Amino acid sequence: MDRIPILRMGEFLLVTIQVDMHDQLALRLQDDLSNAIQKHAARGVLIDISTLEMVDSFIGRMVADISGMGRILGAETVLVGMQPAVAITLVELGLALPGVSTALNVERGMALLRRKIDGVDADGAIV
Amino acid sequence: MAEGMISNVLKKSGKEVQAAWARDLAAALPTGKGRISAIELEQQTGEFLKLLTTAAEHNKGADIAASDFKPLREFLEGVSRSRAVQRFTSAETATFIFSFKRPLFEQLKLAAGKDAEKLADETWQATVLLDSLGLHTVQTFQKAREEVINRQQREMLELSTPVVKLWEGILALPMIGTLDSSRTQVVMESLLQKVVDTGAQIAILDITGVPTVDTLVAQHLLKTVTALRLMGAECIISGVRPQIAQTIVHLGVDLQGVTTKANLADALALALKRTGSTLKS
Repeated sequence: MDRIPILRMGEFLLVTIQVDMHDQLALRLQDDLSNAIQKHAARGVLIDISTLEMVDSFIGRMVADISGMGRILGAETVLVGMQPAVAITLVELGLALPGVSTALNVERGMALLRRKIDGVDADGAIV
Repeated sequence: MAEGMISNVLKKSGKEVQAAWARDLAAALPTGKGRISAIELEQQTGEFLKLLTTAAEHNKGADIAASDFKPLREFLEGVSRSRAVQRFTSAETATFIFSFKRPLFEQLKLAAGKDAEKLADETWQATVLLDSLGLHTVQTFQKAREEVINRQQREMLELSTPVVKLWEGILALPMIGTLDSSRTQVVMESLLQKVVDTGAQIAILDITGVPTVDTLVAQHLLKTVTALRLMGAECIISGVRPQIAQTIVHLGVDLQGVTTKANLADALALALKRTGSTLKS
């Protein structure tokens, strides 16, 4: 069974979704990612969905869940590269994904992640 | 009756019919407006007569949907389309066919001689045929006009939503006119696409030109803001007039989490600050 690879880059984890997400794959990703965050003590997760062209309400909720889960495990999650069509669909579905940080591309996402983590360090508290 | 009387008459005295028809047409439609020349009209009447003769020769019925009438139908479609483009009215376009009746009936009368019954039959048949041809012409004319209207509507939609780049990483969308669902959809799509293309961080939605904001418009604006946020860009709404601010509060629309500014200048200043650029004055 195929699964979505989770790459480790220092203290960050990078997830690139390059296939059509189906429900089973999303559930598996949720499992794998939570384990990986704990195993590598990751401080940030970057999810790139720039090649994702279709979403349904389930996948939308999954993305929100993964982000919330990451936060609980102490890793900031940033969602990057959402396509206009996907954004419009999510809004029409009423899934505004509150609390999920977003960025336009991987580069910006990395910068945002770094800023967030620096913020935690400086204040000594979760931002 | 081996052949239809119409085709016989047309074959025998086509020239006279055409001349009489041209006179009737000239009387009915003043060509002085320069929209269509006498030569062009003569070409069209000649072509019509030729096609009608051929069609009537093969098919004595009045069912213009038959394959024998196909060339004639196509010719008439071409004529009415060009009439629509030349801004003729539908009545003027229909007159092209209907003014053909009198010359044709006159020739039929001559050909029938004293046989009143035959004349009545033939006249009736010719009337039915010409009526359906006339209706077909008007129908095509209307379709052509509708196409023009649809195209203009589409063009207006595109024209009314220009996304402009104000600064590196800052886009602005000055919205003008009433916002309805289809327009907002176009606005949203073009703005989001532009954000992807330019990699902008901040988009300013300027609603100075929007006359009224009701709950529906506010909802559309919020959707656009949310979609932009999902894509990782920020959105500032500018140009909120005092009356609109009052309306929004009275309607109980929640604009929490949306940055709003009174004018575009303030919004640009804020956007510059957020992107880390500075302007020296």
